[in-house]
Amino acid sequence: MTTERRSSAATDVDLDDAELDRQLDRTWAGRTSFWGAIAAVDHKVIARRYIVTAFVFLILGGMLALAMRIQLAQPEARFINADRYNQIFTMHGSNMMFLFAVPVMEAMAVYLVPLMVGTRNIAFPRLNAFSYWVFLAGGILLWISFALDTAPDVGWFAYVPLSGPEYGSGKRADVWAQMITFTELSALAVAVEIVVTVLKQRAPGMSLDRIPLLVWSMLVMAFVVIMAMPAIMFESSTLIMDRLVGTQFYNPAEGGDVLLWQHLFWFFGHPEVYIIFLPAVGMVSTILPTFVQRPIFGYLPVVMALIATGVLAFGLWVHHMFVIGLPRLAESFFTASSMAIAIPAGVQIFCWLATLWAGRPIFKTPLLFVIGFIITFVIGGLTGVMVASVPFDAQVHDTYFVVAHFHYVLIGGAVFPLIAGIYYWFPKMTGRMMSERLGQWSFWLIFVGFNLTFFPMHILGLQGMPRRIYTYQPEMPWGGLNLFISLSAVILFSGFLVFFIDVARSWSAGRPAGQNPWNASTLEWAMNSPPPPYNFRRIPVVDARDPLWCGSDELPVASGLRTDRRELLISSVVEALPEARESSPRDSVWPFWAAIATSIMLIWSIFSPWAIVWGSIPIAITLIGWFWPKGIAEDES
Amino acid sequence: MKTAAISLPLLLLLSGCGGVQSALDAHGQTAILLKSLIIFVVATCFVVWIIVMLVLIWSLMRRRDGQAADDRSLHRRITIAVSGAVAATALIISGLTIASFYTTRGLDPARDPDMTIRVRAQQWWWQFIYEDADPAQSFHTANEIHIPVGKAVRVRLESSDVIHSFWVPSLAGKQDLIPGRENVLTLRAERPGVYRGQCAEFCGLQHSHMALFVIAEDEESYRQWASAQRKEGLQPREPEIVAGKALFMARQCAACHTIRGTEASGTTGPDLTHIGSRHTIAAGLLENTRGSLAAWIADPQTLKPGNNMPIVPLSADELRQISAYMDSLK
Repeated sequence: MTTERRSSAATDVDLDDAELDRQLDRTWAGRTSFWGAIAAVDHKVIARRYIVTAFVFLILGGMLALAMRIQLAQPEARFINADRYNQIFTMHGSNMMFLFAVPVMEAMAVYLVPLMVGTRNIAFPRLNAFSYWVFLAGGILLWISFALDTAPDVGWFAYVPLSGPEYGSGKRADVWAQMITFTELSALAVAVEIVVTVLKQRAPGMSLDRIPLLVWSMLVMAFVVIMAMPAIMFESSTLIMDRLVGTQFYNPAEGGDVLLWQHLFWFFGHPEVYIIFLPAVGMVSTILPTFVQRPIFGYLPVVMALIATGVLAFGLWVHHMFVIGLPRLAESFFTASSMAIAIPAGVQIFCWLATLWAGRPIFKTPLLFVIGFIITFVIGGLTGVMVASVPFDAQVHDTYFVVAHFHYVLIGGAVFPLIAGIYYWFPKMTGRMMSERLGQWSFWLIFVGFNLTFFPMHILGLQGMPRRIYTYQPEMPWGGLNLFISLSAVILFSGFLVFFIDVARSWSAGRPAGQNPWNASTLEWAMNSPPPPYNFRRIPVVDARDPLWCGSDELPVASGLRTDRRELLISSVVEALPEARESSPRDSVWPFWAAIATSIMLIWSIFSPWAIVWGSIPIAITLIGWFWPKGIAEDES
Repeated sequence: MKTAAISLPLLLLLSGCGGVQSALDAHGQTAILLKSLIIFVVATCFVVWIIVMLVLIWSLMRRRDGQAADDRSLHRRITIAVSGAVAATALIISGLTIASFYTTRGLDPARDPDMTIRVRAQQWWWQFIYEDADPAQSFHTANEIHIPVGKAVRVRLESSDVIHSFWVPSLAGKQDLIPGRENVLTLRAERPGVYRGQCAEFCGLQHSHMALFVIAEDEESYRQWASAQRKEGLQPREPEIVAGKALFMARQCAACHTIRGTEASGTTGPDLTHIGSRHTIAAGLLENTRGSLAAWIADPQTLKPGNNMPIVPLSADELRQISAYMDSLK
């Protein structure tokens, strides 16, 4: 009972706003020193680091793409040799998937989900900090290996036996495998945090049918991560075991199987596409209503479509393996399941079109990128329907047609919404608006450049140009289109350049944004920009799907949380009824040390199996340090 | 048949060492079937895209004065429109699934093929074995096969190292060659011609330079070619070629290559018994001339870095003699 009395002495009840802000700030703000930054566990700080790091990897991956386009601009060019080219396309794919697309989408979730559900920090904030450091180490590992000319050269899919002990020379495939382990570890950690945050930390009253669509999409994405990633972690671990200690998982001569690799890889690899795509459509469903100033049409069908996509994602991996010689029945089954994914995609597209039709579009940059998304994503979706057909795929599989298809889906379907999202949430994250003029320029350059670059690849594929070739012979009729593509890529790059210039300029010199510059409806716009460390002065109470569009200026709020320790509100899964007050961990440097120890073990294990034994000792020490009770307020039960 | 006999050299002339390699330039039974499916599916999808784009433009551009006051009836109308569109989507993809299914049924491997060729893909070339009930009639070749027009040819696909993919787009769709497994593909050329193919599954350093050629010709020409291939390598008479042969046997060459009728019986590299009769060397890398043979033998690692043929130090005379010998093996 003493706890009860003490806590009631330091709650937010009966404090005026200024005093409450002061007390909350004292409790929640991190230290500004170097070690304070290392120790930070604020979801916004971690997410900002994640996003910036992921965009750095986007720029690096883009440079690789440019190098490949220079090499392919003419037949038998000698700009890059075969060995380097194979490293470059492997790096490009691995980097874009594992170091850019998935992390950046999860980072947007780390930033936005706690704000949108109305809580003060993400669940397991120290795990969140740990995940960032692990991700960073994985990225650095991959890029250092590239600088040392030992980057993986077996494709981002690293098919055995090419990546196995017999044909994958040196340490290249091992670097790939451990980079996978790093990034999957961090992705899984973030996914768990998102699931718990969404299900248990929502503001009172935010029942399941009032969750913002972005949060729904992030929740489904997190579940897909949790179910898909173990497949590839198993796979990268067994590969390194085959290579390091002579297990024979993938050696047909010893009873292993090379197709097992492909099944495991695509059981992860196809859901991976939806891990990237689901957050993107969540962004579209959030941004689009704001720019027509009207709630989304068909909230329920859109949620159902998100869930259906997440479930179906696990039923169509075999369409990446249509030419391995499948039984006919399996071919028909996976053709049908792959086609079926068009239905949830269609549901969402039609709901967006209906929302646009019913509202009054305001043509700002975020909406332009959303419209660009609809145009290109429909193309990508339709070519997806094409490659879902086994006989169609027999001709275009592993050709530039597929390269075109997945760039339409990944750039048109995910990067366009992401850029829309950056333009949209940049004011919230930095407190400053991005330039509308540069925004329009970057949109048109990216949109036109993208289509001119990738559309002709469909034709190249049908004309017989395979993927992953470092050159082609002059007598093949592909030279003209390849040159055209390489020139168009320059337009695409200049569009991204304008975007990055805009980000850099606006960060320091953008127009102040205020709380809610777009007159949006979701909770993240109910606080100052950028948000204070504690997010909400008082936890909002939600009684509608679009809480900021309900007429009144003031949100109803709940009070009773302590101000002398980090505390947040736990609510029930379905109705979001308040259940308990829960302490939220303080800043700590231990996640950083734990990540360092984990990195040492993983990198060392590229060279020696003993790393697993000796390397686990520092990990154990750092984890003990991490969880050791420190006798602070947050340690009270 | 006669036109075919005339048109074949013409085709060879026109295509150089290019050959046709395009899913849209279909000359095989399977490829023609696939092409019509591709056209049907692409056309359907194009129409769908146009409709969606028209709706998008309409949604963005429509005049909005006098917005319907009755929000409920508006909502009902939109609901009907969206439901209709979803139903149409389901119908269209069902149609495409059925079309795909029936096309697949037409692709079943021929039950009693006219002939069988075994393919063993290796980093980075194709070994072909013409099988025959009588083992003496069976023979090997590399990177180039001849088939009779209009006959169903069963291709048995195997790999001796990593995964490759056999793809001659003008004749048929691709099929992987997987170590430890065997796949089967049926080729049936409807017209004579030279059809180029290429490995379609990333298989390592020289994946880009792993081409093959299928030469479809009338039955008579095919028979002549096959019986020529069954013969042993020619015994040279010219002194230069005799010297070349002696060198071939004395240096490393014979350890990796077979020339039937000689002591050379290595199996690591391509069978060279009739290398002079092929149109290209090094899996489509170079047109087969005496000059390019010499260039290849002198420095295979510059022309195709990383391939498994070592540089054998030869003097200029030796190089000339060996390439003359190769060239003579018609």
